[in-house]
Amino acid sequence: MVLGSYKEITLARSTDKLIQSISQDGGIASGLLCYALDEKIIDGAVVAGPSDEMWKPKATVALTSDEVLAAAGTKYTLCPNNMVLKEAVRQYGLEKVGIVTIPCQTMGLRKMQSYPFGVRFMADKIALNIGICCTENFSFESLRTFISAKAGVDFDLVEKMDIGKGKFWVKTQDGLINFPIKETHGYEQNGCKVCLDLVSELSDISTGSIGAPDDWSAVQVRTDIGDSVFKQALEAGAVETKPIDEGKFGLEMLTKLAKSKKEKAMKVIDERKAMGLPVPYKASSEKEDPLANI
Amino acid sequence: MIARIKQFLGMEAKPDKLASQEEVEKVAEEKAKLRIGYIHLSGCTGDVMSLSENYDILAPLLTEMVEVVYGQTLVDRWDIPEMDIALIEGSVCLQDEHSLHELMEVREKAGLVVAFGSCAATGCFTRFSRGGQQANPNHESFVPIADLIKVDLSMPGCPPSPEIIAKTVVAAINGDMDYLQPMMDLVGYTEACGCDLQLKVVNQALCIGCGTCAMACQTRALDMTDGRPELNENRCVKCGICYVQCPRSWWPAERINQDLGL
Repeated sequence: MVLGSYKEITLARSTDKLIQSISQDGGIASGLLCYALDEKIIDGAVVAGPSDEMWKPKATVALTSDEVLAAAGTKYTLCPNNMVLKEAVRQYGLEKVGIVTIPCQTMGLRKMQSYPFGVRFMADKIALNIGICCTENFSFESLRTFISAKAGVDFDLVEKMDIGKGKFWVKTQDGLINFPIKETHGYEQNGCKVCLDLVSELSDISTGSIGAPDDWSAVQVRTDIGDSVFKQALEAGAVETKPIDEGKFGLEMLTKLAKSKKEKAMKVIDERKAMGLPVPYKASSEKEDPLANI
Repeated sequence: MIARIKQFLGMEAKPDKLASQEEVEKVAEEKAKLRIGYIHLSGCTGDVMSLSENYDILAPLLTEMVEVVYGQTLVDRWDIPEMDIALIEGSVCLQDEHSLHELMEVREKAGLVVAFGSCAATGCFTRFSRGGQQANPNHESFVPIADLIKVDLSMPGCPPSPEIIAKTVVAAINGDMDYLQPMMDLVGYTEACGCDLQLKVVNQALCIGCGTCAMACQTRALDMTDGRPELNENRCVKCGICYVQCPRSWWPAERINQDLGL
């Protein structure tokens, strides 16, 4: 199961026109968080909000829909959301926190919940975790470097960045520039190379663009909590769904990319093990399913 | 080690001679209550305070599941009795003969020895001691208990959260060895520092900048700068929690899936 276990996989998007216009794809993360805030399923959310610097996100506690929307859209660089969870619970006193995480952050979060060694009264405050699909991540300087070198534009002029169809897309006022995603290899942070998780396998609900047409997201509903929130949002009309294409631009593509990320990572994991370098995951020879995230 | 826990939890008790139903029930009744001792060495009492913060389950835990058989301030008993689990709080002072004796004796009397909290597990704050203070200027050298005795489970934290204490005690009662495995593995982690993140994660090409370490740090010694942990050494107490909670130090995948119902 290269897509992790899930109850349902579907295409979905937010029905809110504003969210549609500012979000990365289907606006599922923003849409579900706004819905959950409105319905008091959560009383705040940890998101990658804006900072003083263009395209440099800042992990932020959002208490209103406006604050959630200010964080809409993908920023292809590091944003330590897990760190701010403490602020959400301690300073803001939130009892039910929503948090958006990429796969590795989801893993840190879940490990903390199962083994909260030094983390007091926080594990039970996570009311909703929305996981984002992630192929790799970049340090801020890496991002700035390859955007200026490959796309030839200054950061300040970039309106949107996107990864899709094998290309990295940079949208400016003057148009759309792209370059092959392969050209970003070598810029990704090293820790990503052993990551076995493309689809946030441990989140309540995961969402991403892979396998979805433009302006829709491919959503996997995983846990009971995720199931309950997603169904409520659907019934309330906050999100709409349509079946995912099983073919090569849909589920097949998502499966292929998840598998290829795992295969690449397992190769690195096995190599590291052979060199005697530490890695928290099992070697392929040590596990039944060589691609499992264990 | 596993055999010992099982033995103590009665998991290996084979009713080879079923004399009577009464007798079996009596054995079950006797085995049901886990005998726990609390030993206080050089620590601040924060760990046992954290234990007592389990308000919801403390009463049934103390009345039905465990019996506290030894512990300063908890039990009126001076000699150390036999016990199933010894929770040892605090590091051990090499100049304090009484502590050394107590530690050795507990090791003999207890089935399982748990390094309860970071002082016992890693030395934590007591690692900074250089002696020359009142009440005893000669008390200079404090080491984690695993430096002197064999430790079975390590439960770092300054203090460990009420939840992990409850989870551990319940796992011990249920003989849930899978849950306890990481704590057995952590026994060897006695030299901890916030700089472990740099040495064992960032230097090893494993950091992904998730921020879990900074969230876990109990003294707010960690911040995230450019997606990497940045340590304020002046605030670090060497408890080891940042590295223990890091998703790239060890990865309990099966347990997480089980907990999430996946």
